[in-house]
Amino acid sequence: MRLIKTIPVIAILVFALNASADAQCKAFAKKECLPELENYTHDGNYHAAVLVEGEEAELYKTFYSDMEYRVAIVGESKLPAVEFKIMDINKNVLYSNKDHEYASSWDFKLQSSQQLKIVVKVSSFNRPGDTPASGCVAIMFGFKLKK
Amino acid sequence: MDKKNRISSVVFLVFILAISLITGCKSGTKPAKEDEEVKLPENITEIKQDIDQAKTIFNALPSPLESAMLIKSAGAQFNENLLNSVSKQNTYVTSKAMALNLGVYTCDLSFASLYEQTQLLIDYMNAAKKMADGLGILKAIEQEDIDKLEENINNSEVIMDVVSQTFMNSSSYLEDNGQPATAATVLVGGWIEGLYISTQLVDMKEFNGNKLVGRIIDQKLSIDILIDLLNDSKGVPSVDELIVQVTKLKTVFDKIKLTTGNVKTEYDQASNTTLLKSEVTTDMTPEIFLELSKTVAEIRNSFVN
Repeated sequence: MRLIKTIPVIAILVFALNASADAQCKAFAKKECLPELENYTHDGNYHAAVLVEGEEAELYKTFYSDMEYRVAIVGESKLPAVEFKIMDINKNVLYSNKDHEYASSWDFKLQSSQQLKIVVKVSSFNRPGDTPASGCVAIMFGFKLKK
Repeated sequence: MDKKNRISSVVFLVFILAISLITGCKSGTKPAKEDEEVKLPENITEIKQDIDQAKTIFNALPSPLESAMLIKSAGAQFNENLLNSVSKQNTYVTSKAMALNLGVYTCDLSFASLYEQTQLLIDYMNAAKKMADGLGILKAIEQEDIDKLEENINNSEVIMDVVSQTFMNSSSYLEDNGQPATAATVLVGGWIEGLYISTQLVDMKEFNGNKLVGRIIDQKLSIDILIDLLNDSKGVPSVDELIVQVTKLKTVFDKIKLTTGNVKTEYDQASNTTLLKSEVTTDMTPEIFLELSKTVAEIRNSFVN
């Protein structure tokens, strides 16, 4: 009977822990990802999640021809390398940070406004049997008017 | 409790703790060794396979600041009469109205800030703060942010930083506290306000070749993202109402022709920037524009009145 009473308490604790994890992601995003935008104005949007080794995230966003953009994607240091690809609507890969030593940001501008897809993947330490590493990954966008 | 129930409860507890261990975000400064000491059960390979297939999807709308920047970059003039009056702020008492108008006021204050409308900017920041406070968003907009704006009223860089920071505080608070429906509602409010201001600023005598019309057509690219964002919270009554309104707007956007050719990349070493080159053809008649403008105005007025 005592166990039955304990379960909701633990469930609430777990929920609180996860909420705390999300709050930590916000702090991580502000501390580690935001500075990567440097002289670009942060658009104010916030995208961050706890990802596990091997897990993928996708982001869809429209980018406009009047702007220059910087996308910054940063994972916690305890994670293996974070890969990201930028694709057009026809799934053509326009950029992959894997070809650029896993750079954490990419600067681009557009001739015409486009909807682009950003695929983020936490790579793997390839340590069979180990608990998969997990940690925050933040995606942020900065913009400035095209010169 | 019988033995069977007790075992089930223990399994449930272990499951909850395992999930907590997998998804918990620990500080980056924690030594890796602590992570390695925790072992999951034998089915780790299956868990890893599940993880490999899992996907987190983010649907990103232009933020109010980006929407306002697009309007300004198209050469549009500032018109205070198009903003939602701050005098209405006390009339927003439901969570939905406060969330929508947090987005609306944030777009308006972004618009005011880009056109250096200093007193308006402070008034709209206060109105946005009232909406955020009403939604229980802690520390989204603090008095010190408003003081910082007043102290740096002629420094557009600081102003933009404060505006983007306060918007991030609101959206992250809502996301982190299990309120994605409210977070989406705020974004919808801001996006519709930006679209409303844009459509109202178009001079029909200069319709052809109007840069602002081009930016409005571009919003067709975001309408599906917007619907996907709302569908994530489908079943929440206030969101279901928004889905109906936005679907009506999509019907009008669907009448606009927009075709995009293949994108080619061109790297500029001097600026370390890549240009994405593509041919786009668009076609929107004045009649469709007027229909779009009317539909947007109806939706926006339902948000602010």
